[in-house]
Amino acid sequence: MTKNIDIQQFLDADQKKGLLRILTAGSVDDGKSTLIGRLLFDSKKLYDDQLATLERDSKRIGHAGEDIDYALLLDGLKAEREQGITIDVAYRYFSTNKRKFIIADTPGHEQYTRNMVTGASTASLAIILIDARKGVITQTKRHTFLVSLLGIKHVVVAVNKMDLKDYSQEVFNSIVEEYKNFSSTLDIPDIHYFPISALKGDNVVDESKNMPWYKGRTLLSFLENVQVSSDRNFDDMRYPVQIVNRPNIHFRGFAATVASGIVRQGAEVMSIPSGQKSRIKEIVTYDGNLDEAFPPQSVTITLEDEIDASRGDMFVYPDNVPTISQKLEAMLVWMDEKEMDKEMQFFIKHANNSTRAFVTHIDYRVDVNTLEQSNIDHFKLNDIGKVQITTNKPLFFDPYKKNKITGSFILIDPITNNTAAVGMIIGKSKDADSRTITAKGRLHKVANTEEAQNKYQELKLKGRTVVRLDKAALKSKFTELPNEEVTKGFVELLLGEGVDVVK
Amino acid sequence: MNYNLSNLKELEAEAIHIIREVAAEFENPVMLYSIGKDSSVMVRLAEKAFAPGKVPFPLMHIDSKWKFKEMVEFRDHYAKENNWDLIVEYNKEGFEQGIGPFTHGSKVHTDVMKTQALLAALDKYGFDAAFGGARRDEEKSRAKERIFSFRNEFHQWDPKNQRPELWSIYNTKVHKGESIRVFPISNWTELDIWNYIRLENIPIVPLYFAKKRPIVNWNGALILVDDDRMPKDIAEKAEMQMVRFRTLGCYPLTGAVESEATTIEEIVEEMMTVTVSERTTRVIDFDQDGSMEEKKKEGYF
Ligand SMILES: Nc1nc2c(ncn2[C@@H]2O[C@H](COP(=O)(O)OP(=O)(O)OP(=O)(O)O)[C@@H](O)[C@H]2O)c(=O)[nH]1
Ligand SMILES: [Mg+2]
Repeated sequence: MTKNIDIQQFLDADQKKGLLRILTAGSVDDGKSTLIGRLLFDSKKLYDDQLATLERDSKRIGHAGEDIDYALLLDGLKAEREQGITIDVAYRYFSTNKRKFIIADTPGHEQYTRNMVTGASTASLAIILIDARKGVITQTKRHTFLVSLLGIKHVVVAVNKMDLKDYSQEVFNSIVEEYKNFSSTLDIPDIHYFPISALKGDNVVDESKNMPWYKGRTLLSFLENVQVSSDRNFDDMRYPVQIVNRPNIHFRGFAATVASGIVRQGAEVMSIPSGQKSRIKEIVTYDGNLDEAFPPQSVTITLEDEIDASRGDMFVYPDNVPTISQKLEAMLVWMDEKEMDKEMQFFIKHANNSTRAFVTHIDYRVDVNTLEQSNIDHFKLNDIGKVQITTNKPLFFDPYKKNKITGSFILIDPITNNTAAVGMIIGKSKDADSRTITAKGRLHKVANTEEAQNKYQELKLKGRTVVRLDKAALKSKFTELPNEEVTKGFVELLLGEGVDVVK
Repeated sequence: MNYNLSNLKELEAEAIHIIREVAAEFENPVMLYSIGKDSSVMVRLAEKAFAPGKVPFPLMHIDSKWKFKEMVEFRDHYAKENNWDLIVEYNKEGFEQGIGPFTHGSKVHTDVMKTQALLAALDKYGFDAAFGGARRDEEKSRAKERIFSFRNEFHQWDPKNQRPELWSIYNTKVHKGESIRVFPISNWTELDIWNYIRLENIPIVPLYFAKKRPIVNWNGALILVDDDRMPKDIAEKAEMQMVRFRTLGCYPLTGAVESEATTIEEIVEEMMTVTVSERTTRVIDFDQDGSMEEKKKEGYF
């Protein structure tokens, strides 16, 4: 009986522990997977059968010589185990008495950068590994840059494989210097350095006997205690409607996950884009009504008045409104093996809203090694750069730096349905207030019916709205061909509406 | 006011967001219901997502016809009591041919009565999204899977070519015939599940709790004698043993563990001292290295 009470206390405490989402990054073979394996192993988060499998597999297919290959705990796909590399991000879960951790183990291979970015998007702390023998290399810089781009504010630099460098303090210090120099230009407020050996276990969970010169904490002790500034914004209330819940005529609720700010019962809210105002009548949940809701709670609100809002619309407080625009500038990361097609009209998905979007201009591409900017006219896999985007209907957004949820979006290729790119919003485009709201359509001149047919098909496939006004098409619609003047006016009108014309 | 969510509430909010997203974006979703503890949690999360309304999609149970009797009773009881829109499907041909683990082995049985039955049912109703209660901490290849996991028209998973999945923005676009498997409790651990069941008073099949049951030791696993389809020579050796089950599936393929735990607290206490992972009691995972990945590629959940 008393035992049960202890367990109840344990369970109550366990569910209340804070959750820290971590990412491991760094170059190929720096030891990311090994480090996480070591963390799990030394903090005794493994079961006997997992250990037995690990020992057996290490002998059979391991890449750590005589030692146990801890990476095998993470590299769960056949191809990964065979090649001894990580291909896609793996998530591992463990908890100590102080915290719960979700660790994303990401691949170091340049080819799989997009999978690294996937892991980084939800992390609030990044562990960047550096091989003590190699020091700061291109991929270290690339990943550090991505980590800062994705707004991760806390970085742990783990100089790994110290065992292969005689646990030398000089080696460690010079790598720390090198990293400091390179990262000073990036926006990462909090960086800490650790000399470790993931394979042998030095300074991971247990203090190292091999590096008496190191006086700091072990990595795990640091992770358990580090103060992580919240990624959440509690200031600007944004409530992007996810679904309208209408079970019967008496109940009309707007269900959403609070993106930021505090939603208060009784407060006056405004719906965007309609501008209609009302007061929050109730904040409804399965477990009863709330007085307040905050991020990342998923709730349902009802209003005092009948307001016509649907999925993608957003409730805000009237005195704190996001940017509303069809033109925005953003940092884009290209994720698709297929190169960017400038003609393509993408689906953009942003804060429960989706519409069509064009990349109208590429301002520059960032060379992640030198951080220099260069001009390019289209993106290839893993390219990163600043772009201007025009959407078919207004989006309601904030800068990514202020608000990760209303500041991020994805672009979907309308032919393959792949996630072609992901973006972090900087703000409204500089020329956004000019009168051309929709991107203009394009006029495609063709010589004959066959060409018209082909062009039309091609454009359709790219997701564009197209009208055929070539002779054959006109003949099929009109008994008498309209005169040039009329067609010309019509063409202008269509182009102005963002429709392509084949003529 | 303290604006911190407990980690369990944070996981709950994430799951609700995912479940609502599917309801908003897909035409014909379904929730796969396995009668296990993870499914029970998932169903509760769906109820929470749409409260005070009803869950706007059906639940579907793929019956391999070799489930524990108590599971089927539990399913029918709760479906009725809670007014669930429940679909039950099974592989009729396989059933009539008498396919089962004792006669055909675990591999053939799992393929015909579970994987094939599932794929046929998904095709029959044309579901474009199917929720599953899998967790990433269960198994190495699951740890690699996206929350919105794309399947081609043959229901296959391509682990080397998964869509990037950032923040909480999910790509839900599919062509006709293709579909998405959705895992709202991906980020929950076994302990989270037990804790949630405890806090929310979620009903679960009594087999999870220890009781004296007729057990035989078969191929190294403790198997319950659940009906007379078990070969006589094996069933004869049954002895009453105090056991419980950590996972539930087909009775001949699911091993029990010796246990005295009759409450959730006692289960958790045992969990914290046990030294083997929960999947060791599933016979099917042991067939070969990477066997879960292989099965998932073929369409298994
Ligand atoms: N000597 C020594 N070897 C190590 C250490 N950490 C990792 N290794 C070895 O380095 C190799 C690569 O380790 P992994 O953990 O697979 O590297 P990774 O960074 O996860 O690689 P990718 O995921 O493919 O980018 C393996 O053979 C490890 O055993 C260390 O501290 N010391
Ligand atoms: Mg790795």
